[in-house]
Amino acid sequence: MLDNLSLLWQAPIIGVDLLLQGLFIGAIFALVAYGLALVWGVMNVKNLAQGDMVILGGYIAYQATLWGLHPIVALPAAIVLMFGLGWGIYVLIIRRVVDRDMFTSLLATFGLSLLIQQVLNLIYGPEVKVAESGFGSMEIGSFIIIQNVRLYSLLLAGVLAAAIIVFMKRSRMGQAIRATAQDARAARVLGVNTDHVYAFTYALNASICGAAGVLVAMIWVIQPYYGIVYSIRAFIIVTAAGLGNLPGVIIAGFGLGMWENVSGFVFGAEFAVAAVVLMLVFVLMYRLAQSYRVRQVVR
Amino acid sequence: MSARTLDFSVYAVLIAFALAAPFVFPNYTSQVAVMWLMVLMAVTWDMTGGQMGYNSLGNVIFFGLGMYASAVVQIGLVYDVAEYTSAFGAIVVDFNDTQYFTGLVLGIVAGGVVSTIFAIIVGPFMLGLRGPYFAIGTLGLAVAVAELVSGWEYVGGGGGISMPVYPGIAGEGSLVWYILLGLLALSAHLFCRWLYSTQFGLAINAIRDDEDKAEAMGIQTTRYKVVTWVASAFFMGMGGAVFGNMSGFIEPLEVAFPTTTFGIFMVAMALVGGKGTLWGPVLGAILFHVVKEWTWTYLLGWQWVALGAIIIINVVYFQQGILGWAQDKWPRLFGVSVDRGPSETSVEAAE
Repeated sequence: MLDNLSLLWQAPIIGVDLLLQGLFIGAIFALVAYGLALVWGVMNVKNLAQGDMVILGGYIAYQATLWGLHPIVALPAAIVLMFGLGWGIYVLIIRRVVDRDMFTSLLATFGLSLLIQQVLNLIYGPEVKVAESGFGSMEIGSFIIIQNVRLYSLLLAGVLAAAIIVFMKRSRMGQAIRATAQDARAARVLGVNTDHVYAFTYALNASICGAAGVLVAMIWVIQPYYGIVYSIRAFIIVTAAGLGNLPGVIIAGFGLGMWENVSGFVFGAEFAVAAVVLMLVFVLMYRLAQSYRVRQVVR
Repeated sequence: MSARTLDFSVYAVLIAFALAAPFVFPNYTSQVAVMWLMVLMAVTWDMTGGQMGYNSLGNVIFFGLGMYASAVVQIGLVYDVAEYTSAFGAIVVDFNDTQYFTGLVLGIVAGGVVSTIFAIIVGPFMLGLRGPYFAIGTLGLAVAVAELVSGWEYVGGGGGISMPVYPGIAGEGSLVWYILLGLLALSAHLFCRWLYSTQFGLAINAIRDDEDKAEAMGIQTTRYKVVTWVASAFFMGMGGAVFGNMSGFIEPLEVAFPTTTFGIFMVAMALVGGKGTLWGPVLGAILFHVVKEWTWTYLLGWQWVALGAIIIINVVYFQQGILGWAQDKWPRLFGVSVDRGPSETSVEAAE
């Protein structure tokens, strides 16, 4: 660990490289976290199956490469398929847990996450898979090598995020979603079909996850059991940024990506997941300390 | 039949079954032993999850910690642990009987103590988190501990440790694990039965029903919550220590900290039986384990899918569980007196 730190000190260019890679990955984390914040904010459902939906999207891209297609073709397919799947999940499961206590939704989506990972495991097996994109890489200076696919995925993530933001601001459905998030009962009184809005929101979240999964499969690896770490990352980001705070989500996403890369380099790759998860505990502790301060003022 | 005599007759039936089982089904001794472990898990999970309203998804931490603590103590009595684990089974363990049994007893005690200490340290932080944050936080903690242990070379890292082999004749070992797990489950349940009948039990039920109000009434909520979690950690740690010896091999992700198997089994079992009831977790654990052992091998890999489906159906459609449903239907059998007076009907009418 100290060797790695001194290496980082002697060759700061490695640090720049790590931070840059973290930025690329963080964009995808931010996208997933935005989907979680959407569902959480609109219908108060904490979706623990978030990460498994990401991995499911990744397998759609992998399936496309099995059929000889380029994984980028899978992006629109994943968006459409996951939208349908999300709608189905809402009708079967989520509709019945929206108004219940929060642990119900947490446990139901945890069951859903087990279901998705096991079905993927049965179909594709437990090996690590990657959807080869075949894009090359480019060199900046003499040390920093950027794989083009990461750059493209950063751009795609940006485009997707922009599309979602415009949709939420401009479209009729986006307005209905925001109204429901503010006050579901008032929205219902004013003629919004909130059940429809909930279904749409959950389906939209599923397709965001699917799109993110395609990007993950191209720049990283996928495996049926990797989902839970993505769920935890999304929870870290949303808990750190707060609900309905889009700039916060983006900054927290980039921050988490960088932290993950740097800590993975410093402590060694075998502690990378532990570093991420411990981050969750720290963020929760920070929120706890904050709420204690508020309680002392308010009560 | 009053609730008290019902309780004692259930105890009598279960103990009679426990005594008879090794003779009636000698080939299934380890399966029934695992069933007692499941009962222990469900009952200890229900202490915080059902009675206190703090739904932990990471109680499996204590299970794994107990396992590792006992392994380190048992091996460390005779060998250097780091040397033993780095040899990857090249060192053949050769204990005499005295060494083995001293190690075993000390190991089980150490399992309970280490889990207790861990719960005392992290309890005040984790239990400050409310509702879903607690569930996610404990889940994250379990994943983090599993990852940290698999990166820790002293205890064998991801490769794991093989435990010392039981020195007696074949079959005697499984009987010993059977007795130990059965006794642990029984003592945990008796402890809970006593605990829930005291004022302490009322206090943690008050925390479940409305924590802010309980605090306003002068209950030191944090202290109560930590003590409850510590008690459940103590039993869980000893159970883990015994199970580590029973399985003979410890490995961090699949055996010691299995968040997606034992970690979720204990929640599912308590929910199936009815969480927040005294006998619900026991019933759920027995039912779950019997059905699981019967059907698992026929499902050919689909069993885990079935597990996810069971959890979803259970949570979404049948959340009160079997005993919760029975308690609503026949409250008198459970010693619950329900006053269906005019006040309640008028509230229902108003809604």
